[in-house]
Amino acid sequence: MRQQQFEADNQPLWDEIAQMMDDLQRTRGKRRLSRAQQLRFPARYRQLCSHYALARSRGFSPTLIEQLHGLVLRGHPLLYRQRGGWRWRLLHFILGGFPRAVRRNRVYFALSLLCFLLPALLMGSGCYLQEDLIYTVMDEYMVAEMESAYDPANNHPGRSSERSSESDFTMFGYYILNNIGIGFRTFATGILLGVGTLFILLFNGLVIGAVAGHVSRLGYHETFWPFVSGHGSLELTAIVICGAAGLLLGQAVVAPGQRSRVQALREHAGEALQLVMGAALMLLAAAFVEAFWSSGALQPTAKYIVAALLWSGVILYLSLMGRGSRGSR
Amino acid sequence: MEAGLTEGRSIHRLDTVRRYEIPEGVLLDFRLAGPVVRACAWAIDAALRGLLYLILALLMALFGGVGTALMLIGFFLIEWFYPVVFEIYNGATPGKRAMGILVIQDNGTPVTPSASVIRNLLRAADFLPFLYAAGLVTMLINREFKRLGDLAAGTLVVYRDRQQERIQPPVSATSKPPVELSEDEQLTLLAFAERGETLSIGRRRELAELLSDQTGLRGGDAVEALYAYANWILKGR
Repeated sequence: MRQQQFEADNQPLWDEIAQMMDDLQRTRGKRRLSRAQQLRFPARYRQLCSHYALARSRGFSPTLIEQLHGLVLRGHPLLYRQRGGWRWRLLHFILGGFPRAVRRNRVYFALSLLCFLLPALLMGSGCYLQEDLIYTVMDEYMVAEMESAYDPANNHPGRSSERSSESDFTMFGYYILNNIGIGFRTFATGILLGVGTLFILLFNGLVIGAVAGHVSRLGYHETFWPFVSGHGSLELTAIVICGAAGLLLGQAVVAPGQRSRVQALREHAGEALQLVMGAALMLLAAAFVEAFWSSGALQPTAKYIVAALLWSGVILYLSLMGRGSRGSR
Repeated sequence: MEAGLTEGRSIHRLDTVRRYEIPEGVLLDFRLAGPVVRACAWAIDAALRGLLYLILALLMALFGGVGTALMLIGFFLIEWFYPVVFEIYNGATPGKRAMGILVIQDNGTPVTPSASVIRNLLRAADFLPFLYAAGLVTMLINREFKRLGDLAAGTLVVYRDRQQERIQPPVSATSKPPVELSEDEQLTLLAFAERGETLSIGRRRELAELLSDQTGLRGGDAVEALYAYANWILKGR
């Protein structure tokens, strides 16, 4: 068959497909195609593909091939796209997907926890025993500011003296910007052979341990521990989970096993994303607790009770939630 | 465009066309976007983001503490999710759109939400140690211009194909080529006929006169002769 006849025979089909695609691309407004017509799209599309292949193999003119290629290229994403249902997926994720992902990657979680907790404990006891050690991780100005923030004379831990309840909101925004950002960076820098993640975990462990040890040494228990114990449950756990996600990326690059590095990276990234998104939700909750509860002026006892509830809640959620009857762990 | 005509030739090694075979058994060509065009897109987006930050800051200054909170949350969302929102919605941020490029999955389908989130969170790593140095190095050492985020998410940045009007070959006489032509030669003639009108007259003649040894014609006559052969290939006698 010569090209001109081929074109004359099939032009109506190509026009029809082009029109169908215009319709399918329309996200709003009324569609011109009925449901039955839409269902014909896959069959028409495959016909178009065979025309394209035919035009190529018979050596028809380049612009015809390009025109058909353009149609095929446009149709491909329309046929294979996925859409919708994100609310349900989010709910399922919170109710089971996320804790399951954490348990699936418990080795990474444990490693991340170790990288955070070990320096924190060492530095914490060091700073508790020795006064000057804090200056190895913080400069004088920061130490002075931190000391005044937790000084019982200021009465409201976590707030400077002029801080009002309106600034609770401000701090909520600040915690989101800062803490979730740190969580995301902890994850992302894992792709650099895991080094970035390890650095952030170790560094945060050192600083947090140093502050806790130093402040306890000064005898500010009454202000520091009631303030941090509540949101710490969500915040620290979430950072450790982000660390686990970063280590997943790092492992894919350093030791991909039987797969190519790129393939290992893609598989691990999908897994790590679940951890990061869950951790981001936890950090959001932590920001809420930190801004509106931790800074409140209630008795330390009340703070400790809520903190105990939050810690056991986090641990129970991550270890038990989403264990199904069908053996899903 | 010539990529389609020279399958399997060494020309592909120099080209930035990436081929992907779809389930229907045909090959799709994607033209990969390189570092320069992507940097331009990024610069446009950076300017837009700066503008958004400014508007947000000015607007929220009116609402006191709660306003500051909303501003900071807005900063957070713009910093991390500005590209994600646009990429999920239409495959490209405004900057990419302006540069005529878009993000797709490796298999040619639209970028999925999770892939978009992965590639944009990993900007934090690509950016290190300054101004996307890590991303640039990664782009230059793999053949698909992928930065770290693209590698992890399995995404490509390609040129948005602009749908071209088909140029009809000029109406002319039809005559049989004097010698038997191979398929490649036939295609070259067709390409000449279809694109001839977009070239200047001088260039058209210059090209046609490459065959003067065979046709024995020069100038406008040589062009007409080639058109006539192309017509014969299209229509037959």
